[in-house]
Amino acid sequence: MSKHTLSVLVENKPGALARVAALFSRRGFNIDSLAVGPTEHPDISRMTIVVNVEDLPLEQVTKQLNKLVNVIKIVELDPAQAVRRELVLVKVRADNETRSQITEIVQLFRAKTVDVSPDAVTIEATGSSDKLEAMLRMLEPFGIKELVQSGMVAIGRGARSITDRSLRALDRTA
Amino acid sequence: MTEQATAHHRAETPAQAGIPAAETMTGAQSLIRSLESVGVDTIFGLPGGAILPAYDPLMDSTKLRHVLVRHEQGAGHAATGYAQATGKVGVCMATSGPGATNLVTPIADAYMDSVPIVAITGQVASNLIGTDGFQEADICGITMPITKHNFLVKDADEIPRVISEAFHIAATGRPGPVLVDIAKDALQASTVFRWPVEHQLPGYRPVTKPHAKQIREAARLLVAAKRPVLYVGGGVLKARATAELRILAELTKAPVTTTLMGIGAFPDSHPQHLGMPGMHGTVAAVTSLQKADLIIALGARFDDRVTGKLDSFAPLATIVHADIDPAEIGKNRAADVPIVGDAREVIADLIVAVQAETEAATAEGRPACDVGAWWEQLDGWRRTYPLGWDPAPDGLLSPQQVIERIGQLVGPDAIYAAGVGQHQMWASQFIGFEKPASWLNSGGAGTMGYAVPAAMGAKAGRPDTAVWAIDGDGCFQMTNQELVTCALNGIPIKVAVINNGSLGMVRQWQTLFYNARYSNTVLHSGPGHDGREQPPQGTRVPDFVKLAEAMGCVGLRCESPDDLDEVIKQAMAIEDAPVVIDFIVHQDSMVWPMVAAGTSNDEIMAARDVRPDFGDNEE
Repeated sequence: MSKHTLSVLVENKPGALARVAALFSRRGFNIDSLAVGPTEHPDISRMTIVVNVEDLPLEQVTKQLNKLVNVIKIVELDPAQAVRRELVLVKVRADNETRSQITEIVQLFRAKTVDVSPDAVTIEATGSSDKLEAMLRMLEPFGIKELVQSGMVAIGRGARSITDRSLRALDRTA
Repeated sequence: MTEQATAHHRAETPAQAGIPAAETMTGAQSLIRSLESVGVDTIFGLPGGAILPAYDPLMDSTKLRHVLVRHEQGAGHAATGYAQATGKVGVCMATSGPGATNLVTPIADAYMDSVPIVAITGQVASNLIGTDGFQEADICGITMPITKHNFLVKDADEIPRVISEAFHIAATGRPGPVLVDIAKDALQASTVFRWPVEHQLPGYRPVTKPHAKQIREAARLLVAAKRPVLYVGGGVLKARATAELRILAELTKAPVTTTLMGIGAFPDSHPQHLGMPGMHGTVAAVTSLQKADLIIALGARFDDRVTGKLDSFAPLATIVHADIDPAEIGKNRAADVPIVGDAREVIADLIVAVQAETEAATAEGRPACDVGAWWEQLDGWRRTYPLGWDPAPDGLLSPQQVIERIGQLVGPDAIYAAGVGQHQMWASQFIGFEKPASWLNSGGAGTMGYAVPAAMGAKAGRPDTAVWAIDGDGCFQMTNQELVTCALNGIPIKVAVINNGSLGMVRQWQTLFYNARYSNTVLHSGPGHDGREQPPQGTRVPDFVKLAEAMGCVGLRCESPDDLDEVIKQAMAIEDAPVVIDFIVHQDSMVWPMVAAGTSNDEIMAARDVRPDFGDNEE
């Protein structure tokens, strides 16, 4: 199995997310992570889906997704040619003794302390999965009280935009 | 599809049609006007609370015929039968909640067989959606995996556009069912009706024109092949490519096998037709695929019922796979030459490319379409293992004989609809199909109860054509209520009930794989209503003749081979009422040949305990 990052442009319509999610479960494909949000165009949402499949089933995933009427475009992002980020918010046990050590780790990973209380700090960090995993490993000994993580979002490097052409198509039909 | 397709072209280019006419009316009136504008002539449906506003203007429509069914499932299959017989989009209508959920089976059925239908359902008022209101069901959520697309309409202004888009999506690309769920308040609201409308489908762009390079490669392989097979599925019928197929086949002299969904795409009587492939296909067709060096798949999808155990399917063959749905290519069997396109364009282009390649080969002294030796082998299998059956014990009717005689007496101009099971397989084997759109059945979904309502839909769409349902007694008991609809609406179909008193195909599997332990497959056992001992052919509960008569049909019965022709002719002569013939047949007849589920096509059995001799030992 290998991980693939798909950027999926969908019409911003009710049910679009449900259709994509249902397709994955019905066809038996595993989603590692999924993030969805608006784009520069109000009628288009963008999903970043990380799937864990071999190349052949990946082709099936892409083809089946393409059949959904609400799906406008699918691009597989090459990890070497893309910026990929996740966001993590983590609440770590901290007292007067350990707080400064934790702050050091936060700085090391260029993360941010977003909330402090007498017995805990809450840290916000963005980065690649590898970086976030490394940071969490460092924080674990202090005691992780709560953790929330976003799905990955990704964008290709360079000047090219995957939305350009789709937007033009959309403008034509609008 | 023609009428609606024309309407769609108009819809897409409103500039040419001038400024759209605008009229103020209710959402319900807008719905009816939209259906009329898109070219609908027949709707199968049943009203209820949420869809009620739509039924009021429907009453005044002079263009729409509404056929009031007895169960929404009947409306769905009727829409499918109508679509399969006419090539147009079939339409069914139901109310919210249970009305809509009763359409689920026919929608799933149409999805599996790529039949263009549009289902229109009423939904509870938009302020009640999500509150578990009376007769509320999330039909869009329920049908998401079994529709090509679906819409929930809460704004009356969207109705014309959504209806136009629904028909466009259903009929184009790989056809399929589309559901339009309309909230009751949207039907009641005041709106402006404009036609034509512009589509807003930025993500829907079916590819129909095949890639020239792939076509040339396919033609090169086909001309050079020593053992080619044209493996033809339902896509060829849906693309109306049967004339092109015949030219291609005769040009290349390649054998043709038509799948269950492809029956009628190539005449059964044509010398190059090997019959059907798959679980109950002919020995020649199944074996041709196993021994082929090249398979050209045209609008077929390598279904498990065709391939048997996938690992051992057609081990020697190079695969050219042409389909309008890119997701079918490489889904089950990897394709060496993938071609995405409409079957008609693919075959038309292939003909030109094959002609060019043949000329080039001849000029260079290479052999072209050199299939003489292949045909010797194929003819050998055909001669040795023709389709046939063991006659029933003396005095009893063989089901195969009944079906074959119907085919011979009624002829290839009629439309035949089958249910699912033994009778379906026998019908596919013994009727003798010569024409497209003459065979309706539930191929992918295997929906028992399909035949009667589908035949009703076909007859409503093509009233001048004889329509015969070949049904089993199990299937018939699932949907025969639609005979009432037929009787009351002047839809005189014929129904041949192949009555073996059991769920025959399941019984056959029990005979072969469960030591003849007939768990719950006998339909007519029990003491009967009068408590007397059973006659040899069961209790006759229900009495299909009386049942037919009670539903306003003519009921006939045939129990002996001596009466067979007479009864069929009697039924054929009745044109003013539906006819049900109860054919009491031998209960132990089996469908052969057979490739047992999950086994290799190489293990095909020509008859019980008869494995064909392919000369494997010599190889």
